[in-house]
Amino acid sequence: MSLAAGPPGFLSPAGVEIAFLLVGIATLAAALVTVTTKQLVHAALWLVVTLGGLAIEYLLLTAEFIAWVQVLIYVGSVVVLLLFGLMLTKAPIGRSPDADSGNRWAALTVAIAAAATLVWVVVDAFRSTWIDLSGAVQGSTKVTGASLFRNWVLPFEALSVLLLAALVGAIVLARPPVTRHRPSKDALRATPPRHGARS
Amino acid sequence: MTLTTLAALVPALPFLASVAGMLLGRHAPGFVRPIAVLPTLTACVLAVIVASRQGTGPATDVGTRLTPTGSVPIDLALHLDGFAVLIAVLVGFVATCVQVYSTGYLRDDPRYPSYAALVSLFTSAMLLVVYTGDLMVLLVGWEVMGVCSYFLVGHYWETPQARSAAVKAFLVTKLGDVPFLIGIFALAADAGTFRINGILTEAVSGGLHHPTVIALLLLAGVAGKSAQFPLHTWLPDAMAGPTPISALIHAATMVAAGVYFVARLLPVFMLSTTVLAVLAAMAAITMIGSALAALAQDDIKRVLAYSTIGQLGYMTGALAVGNRSAAVFHLLTHGAFKALLFLGAGVLIHATGTTSLAAMSRMGDLRRRVPDAMWTMGIGLAALAALPPFSGFFSKESVLRAAEDAGDGHVAHVPSAIGWTVLTAGLLTALLTAAYATRLFLLAGGESSQLVRGESEQRDDSATPPPGTDKPTHIAPVMNIVLWLLAVPTVALGVTVGALPAWFDGTPLTPTLATSALGIGLALVGVLTTYGAWRAASMGPADPGRLLLGRLHRHAARGFHLDAVCTALFVRPLLAAADLVRFLDREIVETYVHNAAATPSLLGTLVRRGQTGNVQTYLSALLAGVVILVVLVAAGA
Amino acid sequence: MHLAYPAVLAVLLFCVGLYGVLVRRNAILVLISVELMLNAVNLNLVAFDVWLRDTLHAGQALTLFTITIAAAEIGIGLAIVLLVHRNRGTSDVDKLTDLAETGTEPDSASIAPTTDNTAETAADQALPAGGQTA
Repeated sequence: MSLAAGPPGFLSPAGVEIAFLLVGIATLAAALVTVTTKQLVHAALWLVVTLGGLAIEYLLLTAEFIAWVQVLIYVGSVVVLLLFGLMLTKAPIGRSPDADSGNRWAALTVAIAAAATLVWVVVDAFRSTWIDLSGAVQGSTKVTGASLFRNWVLPFEALSVLLLAALVGAIVLARPPVTRHRPSKDALRATPPRHGARS
Repeated sequence: MTLTTLAALVPALPFLASVAGMLLGRHAPGFVRPIAVLPTLTACVLAVIVASRQGTGPATDVGTRLTPTGSVPIDLALHLDGFAVLIAVLVGFVATCVQVYSTGYLRDDPRYPSYAALVSLFTSAMLLVVYTGDLMVLLVGWEVMGVCSYFLVGHYWETPQARSAAVKAFLVTKLGDVPFLIGIFALAADAGTFRINGILTEAVSGGLHHPTVIALLLLAGVAGKSAQFPLHTWLPDAMAGPTPISALIHAATMVAAGVYFVARLLPVFMLSTTVLAVLAAMAAITMIGSALAALAQDDIKRVLAYSTIGQLGYMTGALAVGNRSAAVFHLLTHGAFKALLFLGAGVLIHATGTTSLAAMSRMGDLRRRVPDAMWTMGIGLAALAALPPFSGFFSKESVLRAAEDAGDGHVAHVPSAIGWTVLTAGLLTALLTAAYATRLFLLAGGESSQLVRGESEQRDDSATPPPGTDKPTHIAPVMNIVLWLLAVPTVALGVTVGALPAWFDGTPLTPTLATSALGIGLALVGVLTTYGAWRAASMGPADPGRLLLGRLHRHAARGFHLDAVCTALFVRPLLAAADLVRFLDREIVETYVHNAAATPSLLGTLVRRGQTGNVQTYLSALLAGVVILVVLVAAGA
Repeated sequence: MHLAYPAVLAVLLFCVGLYGVLVRRNAILVLISVELMLNAVNLNLVAFDVWLRDTLHAGQALTLFTITIAAAEIGIGLAIVLLVHRNRGTSDVDKLTDLAETGTEPDSASIAPTTDNTAETAADQALPAGGQTA
């Protein structure tokens, strides 16, 4: 929806757009480094930059709540989890020459083809659409919270259950293997435990 | 009972006996012998009654439509005349004798029930051939006889000789039977009917348009069945079967079927002098060749086999000069004395455990061990050599008389050259027949010449005893009884020479002075020469045949290499062709098949290369496909 | 703001993430690339939500849910990677090829065995040499 006061020119960069563009370039560059660097831990760190850049983009799009959630969850916990994972799987510190598999050229071709197709389609479709950022705020915490707990309560609660399931599942999957059947509580009552209690 | 019913019963009873024998043979072994003997005996008695009722009157010809075929219908017909009824009596008599003899000869044979059933089936088929008035029914009987011959010759199928002899008999007779079948169809098409009466009427009235071709085709079948040159090679090898079979099938009945057929349809054959000439040539070659071969054989049954071939040559010679009465007369007497000779040989084989004449001549005491067999065989051999007063003399003289008549030009449609051919061949064969008959008698039953020569020993050991006769066995009395039974017609059939023409065509059968003197003289020459050679052979090899034949002996013993010629001409090329086909099949056709299987396998291997198990490869391929689809959709839209 | 900016940025981020998923050997790096893709989707959702001024704020709500689910997924994904590492000693995706076709012939014998075209023995030729028979 365009502004009521005459359509702006196609190449009239407003300030927001310039900021968006610059941050976007930075984000993209960081993402490229993430997927091409040979140092595994650096990849996770450059991911932080990417995600941070995206948070700034959200802010520019007036989606304030999402931006902070992005920083909290993604940058805060997901990246930390990834780093833990890298360490627990003994990822090599420093350059590892075999970070990329042999599919490199096929993957490159596919990615470039996909990018070209999608960019062309998107640009063609939204050639003359503008976002109106000066209207009522869309993404403030108040607005988002009201919308969540009025319209999206059920998915919200279901999501909580999903998180719980994921939590339990992750613990079950990742705990060390149990070597012997633990005696039940009844046996514990009858006989004194033979081994030291181990959870 | 009417004549028709009796005549219908005659082939039917042995057929029922054979069915019963095949069904009950295993479950009720006590009934096998009565089932084998009694119906055949009854059939013989009924055949005699039929013969007496039919008598010398006009032929009885009755028939019913069996099936319309759309063109020439097939009838179930009976045609009874003098020829048919007398031959039927012979068949019944010899079959009964053989069945009774077999109860003794094959007493210990485990396959006796099926043997007896097959003999009954064979008897019924032969009687059908003799009595029928329809060519199709005759053909059925003809082929059934061929099949039974195959089974019976292959009775001892544990031995490779019996197996190959059975197949050879079957194949060679089939080689003749195919032209025979075509000839019958051609004849029926020309004459418009399968009924023999109708055909003969057409033949006499000039209704047949291709008599030479038809007759030559039919002659092929006759040559196969009656073992004439060049389709005679199966008969000596068919001696691998049990001796009673040789007596029944290969002496008295089946081989006589060809002669009977020509006699039946003689007007058709006489329409063309080419056919008569071919017949005469066949007869002459057969007679002389087989007599020479018989002189050289060491196996007693092979001597008799070649002798049968030669005597059948006499019959076909008589037919070639247009006289079927003489042919059938000789058929009757030959049936009797050849059956006697074969059954007597069977006794000898049982007594000595070998079929080799040289071995028997070394034993030397057969005259004391089996006197009945020796006496009756002597009678039979005398009949064979055509010495008076035995029946063989009268019948052979009738043949020679017929040949002389034709030679003098007294017979219509028969050129005199044919008559002289048959006469000369017949006289020469008379000499040779007497020679080998004497040789047989001397070697089998003569005093032991005190010889243990090296060469004859090598010859003897090559003859292996037939199965079932490994050790000399006690001779059942029933076998001797049968021998004497058969000796009666051998001696006495000659007296019928005056009465027979009334049963037959009316041409006189009594011997004339000239030919009789010549015949007896030649026979005596043969006898004495052989005897002299046998005495002279006391110093040299024990076999007078070697002395008499000289350089020819080796070839005569091999049947003049006819089998080798057949092998080279037919068997080798056929085997080479089979090898070629097998090669082509294996190398070319199977290669195609293998490659047809290999191609998908190769394709599968190629496709399998894409299954690396690497998730990222799969994803790349998936996404590449999605991108392409999107591009296509976008471009299409 | 022109809608193309966020949309194109989202597309480019998505394709970079795509490249990373297809290329990286270490499983955790693959997970990182998946996160990139998810973030691109989130950006798209937010941009369109703001453009459409949705009363339901569906785009932003879904973005929140996506973030949450991504977090859950990363948790479980890492647990799986840990398990794989524990069992195989490596977290290299290239080494996890249990689904591969091994390429050895399954069974050399075909359904129908080859026919026996060897030469038959000549023992049963139906032609005696014309000599003596028993």
